[in-house]
Amino acid sequence: MMNLTLKIWRQKNANEKGKIVDYPVSGISPDMSFLEMLDVLNQELIEKGKEPVAFDHDCREGICGTCSLYINGRAHGPATKITACQLHMRSFKDGDTIYIEPWRAKAFPVVKDLIVDRSSFDRIQQAGGFISVNTSGNTQDANAIPIEKEHADKAFDAATCIGCGACVASCKNSSAMLFVSAKVSQFALLPQGQVEATDRVMNMVKQMDEEGFGNCTNTGACEVECPKGISLENIARMNREYLTASLKG
Amino acid sequence: MSGIFKSSVGRKFAMALSAFFLMIFLVMHVSINFTSVFSEELFNNMSHFMGTNPLVQGLMQPILIVGVVFHFVMGFVLEAKNKASRDVGYAKNVAKDNSTWMSRNMLLTGAVVLAFLVLHFYDFWIHEMTIKYVQGDMSGLVDANNAESGFRYYDELREKFVSPVRVLIYVVSFVLLSLHLLHGFNSAFQSVGANNKYVKSLKGFSKVYSIGIPALFIFIAVYHHFTH
Amino acid sequence: MSILDSKIPEGPLADKWTKHKNDINLVNPANKRLIDVIIVGTGLAGGSAAATLAELGYNVKAFCFQDSPRRAHSIAAQGGINAAKNYQGDGDSTYRLFYDTVKGGDYRSREANVYRLAEVSTNIIDQCVAQGVPFAREYGGLLDNRSFGGVLVSRTFYAKGQTGQQLLLGAYAAMNRQIGRGKIKMYTRHEMLDVVVVDGKARGIIARDLVTGEIERHSAHAVVLGTGGYGNAFYLSTYAMGSNVTAAWKAHKRGAFFANPCYTQIHPTCIPVSGDHQSKLTLMSESLRNDGRIWVPKHKKDVEAIRNGSLKPTDLAEEDRDYYLERRYPAFGNLVPRDVASRAAKERCDAGYGVNQTGEAVYLDFASAIERYGKEQAYVKGLNVEDKALITKLGKEVVENKYGNLFQMYEKIVDQNPYETPMMIYPAVHYTMGGLWVDYNLMTTVPGLYAIGEANFSDHGANRLGASALMQGLADGYFVLPYTIGDYLAHDIRTGEIPTDSKEFDAAEEKVRAEIDKLVNNQGTKSVDYFHKKLGKIMWNKCGMARNEKELKEAISEIAALREEFYKDVFVPGEENEYNEELAKAGRVADFLELGELFAKDALERNESAGGHFREEYQTESGEALRVKDYQYVSAWEYKGQPSEAVHHKEPLEYENIEVKERSYK
Repeated sequence: MMNLTLKIWRQKNANEKGKIVDYPVSGISPDMSFLEMLDVLNQELIEKGKEPVAFDHDCREGICGTCSLYINGRAHGPATKITACQLHMRSFKDGDTIYIEPWRAKAFPVVKDLIVDRSSFDRIQQAGGFISVNTSGNTQDANAIPIEKEHADKAFDAATCIGCGACVASCKNSSAMLFVSAKVSQFALLPQGQVEATDRVMNMVKQMDEEGFGNCTNTGACEVECPKGISLENIARMNREYLTASLKG
Repeated sequence: MSGIFKSSVGRKFAMALSAFFLMIFLVMHVSINFTSVFSEELFNNMSHFMGTNPLVQGLMQPILIVGVVFHFVMGFVLEAKNKASRDVGYAKNVAKDNSTWMSRNMLLTGAVVLAFLVLHFYDFWIHEMTIKYVQGDMSGLVDANNAESGFRYYDELREKFVSPVRVLIYVVSFVLLSLHLLHGFNSAFQSVGANNKYVKSLKGFSKVYSIGIPALFIFIAVYHHFTH
Repeated sequence: MSILDSKIPEGPLADKWTKHKNDINLVNPANKRLIDVIIVGTGLAGGSAAATLAELGYNVKAFCFQDSPRRAHSIAAQGGINAAKNYQGDGDSTYRLFYDTVKGGDYRSREANVYRLAEVSTNIIDQCVAQGVPFAREYGGLLDNRSFGGVLVSRTFYAKGQTGQQLLLGAYAAMNRQIGRGKIKMYTRHEMLDVVVVDGKARGIIARDLVTGEIERHSAHAVVLGTGGYGNAFYLSTYAMGSNVTAAWKAHKRGAFFANPCYTQIHPTCIPVSGDHQSKLTLMSESLRNDGRIWVPKHKKDVEAIRNGSLKPTDLAEEDRDYYLERRYPAFGNLVPRDVASRAAKERCDAGYGVNQTGEAVYLDFASAIERYGKEQAYVKGLNVEDKALITKLGKEVVENKYGNLFQMYEKIVDQNPYETPMMIYPAVHYTMGGLWVDYNLMTTVPGLYAIGEANFSDHGANRLGASALMQGLADGYFVLPYTIGDYLAHDIRTGEIPTDSKEFDAAEEKVRAEIDKLVNNQGTKSVDYFHKKLGKIMWNKCGMARNEKELKEAISEIAALREEFYKDVFVPGEENEYNEELAKAGRVADFLELGELFAKDALERNESAGGHFREEYQTESGEALRVKDYQYVSAWEYKGQPSEAVHHKEPLEYENIEVKERSYK
């Protein structure tokens, strides 16, 4: 069992100022997930009649992309290729002090405590993250166009993005390039997506810039912190797609 | 095509293009400089050629200046936008676990190189420009009226590296240039969208380049300092 | 004649859907612009329905409680999606998929619905590929398939262990396209708290903005619920933390009958509970049963040795292991349906053969798959097949390629390497086959109120086969509802916009506000989770994998008492006009506390064992589920103020195209 000191960002709502508040927690089992440790804290706070710490979470199995904690200076905590909900307390030691902060980016304003608004990501997807095919089901047979396995696999790897925002949170420039490039790449690698590739990349990059994300300076932090290990190759591919599209358009 | 340089991706592309240009320029520059280590005559001849050839002077030099200025200005513009994209910082941030110091400090290393360039321009370029275009002496000779006096370039070079302070400034600046290149070389390829197996195989070369070129510059400065 | 009219079209089974589509009313494109549709829930069913209805021209308002539609829990589905494509040439067909699904559901689903599902399944794959869903492919560039429980063909399409994610992102993309065009207005972080019924028709909802706490009125000509299942009544489940029954339950209270609430799927392969702190359970995909073998030790002394750590499972000799699924069900082996596999695991653990400290875990072992694949690879590559180390290395590579992300997930949670030692697994609540009763058109008993996907009861009977949930969600949303809803809306083209200032909206809003006020101002002493955990324990112990009359009766009274205690003693911190997760949770748990009682009541009424509903009193000599012919009906419950007063209605199930047999996987 571990005793820990938590330093948590508390902020009542988007308009009020926030600050780091210290909370001691005790009796934490190494088998608990990080979010279950926060559950323990929250139950204690509620029992004392205080407001629990608000944090985003849903599936708790690393796929929905809801959880978004900056733990001890790292997006999703010290381990790589996992989300905060998959982080277990065995990664910490008795007596540790743990900083817990929300994602920080102008395009991700704080909603409350550790919760941020990531609707900017949705708007980027709405600008072009789709293939314009009607949902009638009357398309050609699924096997009509064979797709080279290597391309299909790479498209899948790009498509595994869970939209959590760790890339933005860990980038020193709050750049969303990895997120945007994952979708651009997925479709660029598939014949079905190539038809409207030009418009897609132009529109998505335009929206990304309008949302106030920074530029990519290729530090590679996003790739390291991405829970799904989305590769920087995707950013290069998006750059390529963008330049080709610019020359066409 | 219009507006491409207003977008984040387009600007990074432009940064990379100017970087490629400057990286090629560095190779040329160090090659010519290095001749000074073993042949005074070759160095003088090449310097004179570069200093008087109309194509070099009239076309390449302005492009170079524009390239340098563009690279710096764009660098600062991008940094300003990047800084603005995070209005509240982290209380605790351990960036060293996910990225290199070089990649995070391109502005710092770049700014030092910029400061160095001011000195460098003052030392050589303004000097050259004054002689050639203000005084109108295009001869390149120690004594413009005496063809026997020989070219002045080598002697002027040796003169500059007498001062240990200047040599130290050169050394420090080139170390930072090396750090700048260690990230910048590969980064430029990534920005133009080149990230295939061929580019990945350049990783080793990029280290050789990024350390080798500044090292040669340092060697030249130190060599002339101690052999003077 | 029951008051439930399933509206199944006349004619031969295979022609019903086509005929129905030809017969029903259509709304012309110009008129669709005059019609609003509300969709609550934006998972596979809701998301695909929203996209399709918007594309057809309706004005869609979509609501989800998550911060983005992309986070709906459909995303967590791992294994795959079934479709009768017969790409493998192994004898699959629409009929066989239909047959497997009805049989898998233990003959408790509606024949016509299931046939339609099987029929449109192939369109789903075509559609998704056109949308850029990156399904797994073979080296020839064509789509790959794998096998799932309860079937003898390979018809499951997949994208590694993230099929649900890829399909949901496909529907999300289709929605985004329509949001970008202004045809869908998306309301994220909104929770539906009531359905508004005007003149007997569903005409809108009351929703709470979870960020500001504001109570909002939204009107439409029809309301569609795609709000998923209610497995979180068990507290511990593989559902997302936010998954809830509230929307469906509020609809139930407004007149929608709730069908077969006791049909719950307990998934056999989940990571076992590790302690009291546990907030949720994690599924290990059923696809693992393609290659993993399930076993416990044959002898109690070995069980003891394993539990106290003196014996490693890998050291136990082959002949001392009991591969109980292979032993009991030789024909299907480890790939029996989920209900059968879960009960078999419980049977072994109850008999004292569980392999972890709590005695509630069995092994899922990949050692023989690793060896088999290793040898295969060695042959292919022309290497030495006698080299054990090499075989193991090659085999591990193949297994990693197939299940890498699942193995990694397991290791992160349990801190054991499943390549070296067998996984420990135990059943957990995973899906609810029950839900709002709907007719063939997917309309509930409230006109204009539809339920799609897991929220309805329709297609899986008493047990759902693996890889069928994704199929049903997308079938309902993309290909069924968009047609059938037109039949209803065709009568609404002259209605005009529905006003939100009617007395019905006033009353509904007032009711919602009163409920919230009550919770926020309750000043009790116990947290919402305290009650939720207590409810979960009752549900798991008395309404779980095995049920009996005595315990179900106890459950009914215990849940009723707990509900009373909840309203007396729950404490909800914070205010109503702000982001307040405890308040949202309190509302959801309040509904679970009502649903739980109806659940137990339904289980008590059903004096038979069928699929996921296992009554100890009704089993064969070998311990298999014993169906009772008299119960070949759908139970649909009508709300009458209290779960205890709910009125029972029956929709008889008739099988004209399939012979009702004892479900055997031996």
